[in-house]
Amino acid sequence: MNTTLWSDRQSDAWRTKVGLAEMLKGGVIMDVVSPEQAKIAQDAGAQAVMALERVPADIRAHGGVARMSDPRVIEGIQNAVTIPVMAKCRIGHFVEAQILQSLGVDFIDESEVLTPADDRFHVEKRSFKVPFVCGCRDLGEALRRIGEGAAMIRTKGEAGTGDVVEAVRHLRTVIGEMRRISLLPKEELMSAARDLGAPYELVAEVAERRALPVPNFSAGGVATPADAALMMQLGAEAVFVGSGIFKSDNPERRAQAIVDAVARYNDPDTLAKLSGGLGAAMSGTSSAALGEQERLAGRGW
Amino acid sequence: MRVGVLAFQGDFAKHIDAVAGHGVDAVPVRTPEEAGRSDAMIIPGGESTTIGMLCDRFGLLDVIRNRITDGMPVFGTCAGAILLARDIVGSNQPRIGVLDISIRRNAYGRQRESFEADIDLSSGGTFRGVFIRAPEVERVGGEVAILGALGDTPVLVACDGIWAATFHPELTADGGIHARFLEQARQRLPGRHCSRLTE
Repeated sequence: MNTTLWSDRQSDAWRTKVGLAEMLKGGVIMDVVSPEQAKIAQDAGAQAVMALERVPADIRAHGGVARMSDPRVIEGIQNAVTIPVMAKCRIGHFVEAQILQSLGVDFIDESEVLTPADDRFHVEKRSFKVPFVCGCRDLGEALRRIGEGAAMIRTKGEAGTGDVVEAVRHLRTVIGEMRRISLLPKEELMSAARDLGAPYELVAEVAERRALPVPNFSAGGVATPADAALMMQLGAEAVFVGSGIFKSDNPERRAQAIVDAVARYNDPDTLAKLSGGLGAAMSGTSSAALGEQERLAGRGW
Repeated sequence: MRVGVLAFQGDFAKHIDAVAGHGVDAVPVRTPEEAGRSDAMIIPGGESTTIGMLCDRFGLLDVIRNRITDGMPVFGTCAGAILLARDIVGSNQPRIGVLDISIRRNAYGRQRESFEADIDLSSGGTFRGVFIRAPEVERVGGEVAILGALGDTPVLVACDGIWAATFHPELTADGGIHARFLEQARQRLPGRHCSRLTE
């Protein structure tokens, strides 16, 4: 039984890409729209920031077409902090991705939060030097993105709502499907790959290792330290917080509390202490109240 | 021997895997008590500002520093090397600060400039170094030994059981560097000398 796994056959560049994702485990990546917010995030202990023109809650409120941020905004944030800076391109918009790589962003998020530029295909991510993170709602979507070259996966949740239910649903779905295929006999894996719409070799690797070949983070709707710890206890390896910090009453304290909560996610006494006196969380929108057209998580093919 | 791996943030799980293959107990460390119970420690790669802040907030910075001063062996990789360095060029971030080197963060550039290269070991041979947004050792104190170099630049240094690498030996299958660190750590265990003489 000496068949090599998909991950073991990847290039050196793959190792440095997934390596950066490994370095980001156990921490919090925060959405920021200005150098000032980026500094607040870094001072609170954020391990990376996502440079944006508008946080998802404002993208939702603003309507219209959401695109890659102005490069000047991204550069301003890059110059303000020493931690990694990520930025978003539209699904399938490989030229926005080329521009983000040229700017030297550390991770590109091909994100459903922006308006998709291609309604059938994602960016071919292997040819880029900069690693990509992509969203998913289930295992098949995660493995399709990894097959295209994503070095990190984040479950999508429903960005800009402050409602964690979709993040929970997506993470439980991915983990449940991994558990299920890990129990299948080998002869059933090809049909499982067909049903998931995922590359067979990646399905075979997940079945053997019972884990994704790349780190699996959580995003979309995390608004409190308890939300962040919930995602970690459910099996997320790090947490993205978008609107939840800078749409709250006291971003400095909330940012630090969420960082601390992710570091000590298994310790309820510590979580109780750090959850107190943070001021109001973002008011948010129940994701159940959203119409089909308003749901961002459905974007991605 | 119980090896504590600082497990707030970063690739601590990779270090636990790397150490577990060498017949020692690898345990995650998140509290001062867990740090106090470790015979040796590993400070993983990750974001040095985040790890340093979390150590400070949860009361580990002084505990780890005191344990090292009392002789506990420690190995820091990448961010871990930054946290062990006495001097971090242009930064006043929280640190353990026990190793007499000057280190510059993100010295090679951003992620785009991350790379792999074979480093030369002072013991002979090479080791595949994975450098991710890596720091660079700009100065080593007189007592500090250079165990590995990339060209003229030290990338693996050690002094009195304190080891620091600017690359990630935990990301490659070759366990040679972890094995060497653990071997010298074992020899530094209190009481080890006596038990050896009686064997």
